Order: sequence, then structure tokens, then C-alpha cells
Amino acid sequence: MRRKIEWLIEKSLLLSAIAGILIVMLIAVFTFLEGFPFLAKYGVTNFITGKVWGPSYGEFGILSMIIGSFYVTVGALIIGVPIAVACAIFLAEMAPQRLARLFRPIIELLAGIPTVVYGFFGLIVIVGFIKAHFNVPGFSVLAASLMLAIMILPTVINISEDAIRAVPKHYKEGSLALGATHWQTIRYVILPCARSGLISAIFLGMGRAIGETMAVIMVAGNTALIPGSVLDPVRTLTINIALEMGYAYGDHSSSLFATGIVLFVLIICLNALVMRLKRRVTD
Amino acid sequence: MFNTGFKSKWMLLFIVTMLAALVVAGCGGGASDTGAKDQEPGAETALKGTLTTAGSTSVQPLSEEFAQAFMAKYPGTNVMVQGGGSSQGVKAANEGVADFGASSRNLKDEEKAYGLTEVVVCLDGIAVVVHPENKFVEDLSIEDVCKVFAGEITNWKELGGPDSKIMAVTREAGSGTRGAFEEMVMGKDAKISDTAIVQPSNGGVHQAVAGDKNAIGYLSMGYLDDKVKTVKVDGVEATVDNIKAGTYKISRPFIYMYKGEASPLLQAFMDYCLSDEGQAIVAKHYITVN
Repeated sequence: MRRKIEWLIEKSLLLSAIAGILIVMLIAVFTFLEGFPFLAKYGVTNFITGKVWGPSYGEFGILSMIIGSFYVTVGALIIGVPIAVACAIFLAEMAPQRLARLFRPIIELLAGIPTVVYGFFGLIVIVGFIKAHFNVPGFSVLAASLMLAIMILPTVINISEDAIRAVPKHYKEGSLALGATHWQTIRYVILPCARSGLISAIFLGMGRAIGETMAVIMVAGNTALIPGSVLDPVRTLTINIALEMGYAYGDHSSSLFATGIVLFVLIICLNALVMRLKRRVTD
Repeated sequence: MFNTGFKSKWMLLFIVTMLAALVVAGCGGGASDTGAKDQEPGAETALKGTLTTAGSTSVQPLSEEFAQAFMAKYPGTNVMVQGGGSSQGVKAANEGVADFGASSRNLKDEEKAYGLTEVVVCLDGIAVVVHPENKFVEDLSIEDVCKVFAGEITNWKELGGPDSKIMAVTREAGSGTRGAFEEMVMGKDAKISDTAIVQPSNGGVHQAVAGDKNAIGYLSMGYLDDKVKTVKVDGVEATVDNIKAGTYKISRPFIYMYKGEASPLLQAFMDYCLSDEGQAIVAKHYITVN
């Protein structure tokens, strides 16, 4: 009886694992099937390096969106990561127990806010702020980056904090015993030891930023042009799909799936890059 | 011993619950499936069964109201409303994917060639709107509206206002409202500029225009309120009367279309939409056709 139950549990766990992989495969296959015929017809290079997006007159160039996604994501990381890592150091190393116990659930709450609510906040507060201070419409790379920076905070903070806490205690004790100050210990012992975890944290934040759609659609302005400055409106790859899917048909619809393929490949490349980076760092 | 027994019992319970959930989910799907297709024999003939429609998301809210009222009046009927966009609606009607399609713009020439039967159920105006604090623009010629959206006029001072940049707000490619606006304002030669801010819905355009003093946009009439100011076009205000009289130029029909002979149920639905009762629903937000 016991063995049978063991067997049953083992197999059901295996089944769950397979289901997870199968779903990823299904999504990939579906996206490729829908988008590939279009890519073959229009040409991958034309598609990726084309600067004009005008589906109603047969122009499908997504260069501006690839660059847009890049700008917005990098902007979010530049603003968000220093804050998040500093916050993680504070929580793991400096904050008194009671304060940390108060802070952590609040930060986790940040992760639970629906993205549309973030978008609405961004539209009213961030766009309004930029509009008031820079005399521009406000829908911009900066607005999108600022909002994404807030949205990636919980992810990056939580994982960074875990990574910092995972550094063996005797490293820290050893450093302090040698006469290093607390900050020197953090800077030269703890952070270098935790860097693999920190890279994971940053990457997960980046994944979140690149994939975010609903919130950025509300603050980015969505023009399909390469932004000339951080105050210009921008359209990312995800925005392009979500914005136009509702009405698209024929080539237009396939081109959006092709946008999905580009996004998919981009994320796989990033993933691979980070894996390699992590391995190099830990070696 | 007790301990392992206890644990495996929990695990068993877990698995049983999962299976039960699966079974329930399966049954649920089956039940609704048969429910939709069941036709009770013997009852009053004709008005039983299911109609499906797909198409313009601008028409969708109206279709849903029609459907609810129709189903309440004729129990046993079921009208399922889906979105997808005007182009999808035409395609769905032509290919028989849906019983009838919905479009929020006139059919294009190549779409006319399908030979679909068109029923205009109501009219909708597209109003040009600016921020309420914009005091200097009351009336624009259709050419000026075209130039603003084409990016030829980029500063309010060219229209008699202060020296500040115009923020044009448009809809995304494929949108029926954008399609109608392009057809009636931009004409064949002009294109809406790439530099215009793009919003994914009427609500988004409304929000963007209401929040920026330098903004100009266009909206379906159902979305007008005091947070945006409606501009006269060629001296004519965007009102129900002016659209009915044909003096306000930027208006479009909401069209239902179907292929071939209408089934009795479909015919009943179309008749209902055009009846006084149906048009009373239209009158709440749009412009009646009779």
C-alpha cells in the first residue's frame, strides 16, 4: 500500500513537471506557427531593421520597438536596481529585527498590486509630474522606466536580500575581527560573495520589465518611432502586440505574432547570457 | 507508523480533490455546451437557438445590450457577442464563423464584393475634442483637423492659439474609430502622423486629452462629457440632430451584416434591433436610424 502511494505521488509529480514544460513548448510552437509564415514572406531582416510601422499600408518594421524595449528596460534597471539593492542591504544587514519585520510585508505588497493599477498611478502621477516639470506631453521613456523601476523593486529586493543573507556568517565575523568596518565588510566581503544571487535578482527584474505590458501601455505614448530622448514617447514590443491585437487580421495579425517571436528569441538570448555570466562569476 | 499513515492520507485527499476538481471542470464544460445547443421540441417553433456575432469593439457594447433585451423577450434564445474588430466582423460573416458580423465603418470595396446583406442599426458621430481649458479653438475646418493629425500643423499658434506644441492623440492601427476618422477626415492622400500619441481605446484617448492642455483627439460620441471640449468642425457642432441631418460630416454607421438568406431567428433579431424597442436602446448612447 505504502509503496503504491509512493509510486502514485512520484508519477503525479513527474506529470506536473511535464505539464509545465509542455505548456512552454505549446506556447512556443503556437507563436512560431502563427508568425513564421509572415516572417518568411516579409523577410526577417526587413522586419527587424525596418523603421516604419504602418500595417494599413503594408509596412512592418519593428526596429523602433526593439530599441524602445531596450531603452525602457535599461532605464528601469538604472533607476530601480541601486534602490533595490540598497534596500536589500539595509534589510539584511542594518535594519533592527522589528523594523525589517514591518518593511518586508509592505514590500511584498508592492508585488501584489495589479499592473493596471500601476498603470493608472503612472498615468496620473508620473506622467502628470513629467508634464508639469519638463513642459512635454509626459508620455515618455522616462515615465515607463520610472514605473517599471517601481514594479521590479519587490522582485529584486526579495531575491537580493536572500542572497545577502545566504553569505556564511563566519565570513562577516572574520572580516569584522580583522578590523574592517561594517560598511567595508558589506562592500568587500558580503556583496562579492552574494553577486551570483544579485545577478539572478537583476535578471528576474529585467525579465519583469521587458515583459510588462498593461502598465507601460498607459504611460508610454505608444508611438512607433525611435525615441530621440528620454522625454519622447516610445512603443515596446509587448505594447505593439497588446495594442493592435484586438483589431488585427491577416498579415497585420501574423506580424504581431512575429513580434512575439522576436520577443521570445530576445528573452532566450538574455537568459543564456545571464546563465553564462552567472557561471563565470561563481567559478 | 501513525505518522506516515497520517501523511499519506493527506496526500490521498489531495489527489482525490484534484481529480474531483478535474471531473467537475469537465462536466461544467459539457453542461454549458449542451445547454447552448439544446432545442426543446414542441415549443413555439422559430425563436429558439443560438446566434453568434463577432466584430467591431465599438459596436460590442450596443450588441450586448441588444442581446440581453432580445434574450429576455424571447426565452430560449441565446445571443453570444464577441469582439475582434470591424475587419474580423466582415470576415466572420463572410466565412460563416459567426451568424452575423458587426462593423463600425462602411465596408471597403473589396469587402462589398462578398455580397453581404448590410443592416445599419445606428449612427455614431466622431467628435474632435480638446482640453476644456483650451479657449482659443472653437471651430476648425476639416482641412485643419487633417493637417493637425498629419503633422503639418504642429503648433497651436498656427491655429490662433499660444505658442505651444500640439499633442495629437490617435487610436491604434486597425481600430474602427481610426479607420472611420481616416476615411472621413484624412482622405486618401494624408496619413496620420507617426508622432501622434497612440491610445488603445476611446477611454484612453479621453483620458489623455482630458489630462493635457495642448492635446487634441477624436472620440466616439458616446464618450463625450465635460472633461473634454468638443470642437465644431466646419462650423457644425457634433450633435445628434446635425448628424441625422447630414451636416456634421464625421459620422459613421454601425452595421450588422450576414451572408445569404437570414434564418428566422436572425431575421427576428435584426427586426428587433430596428424596432422601436431596439432603437430605444440605441437612443441611450447613439443616433437612431429611423
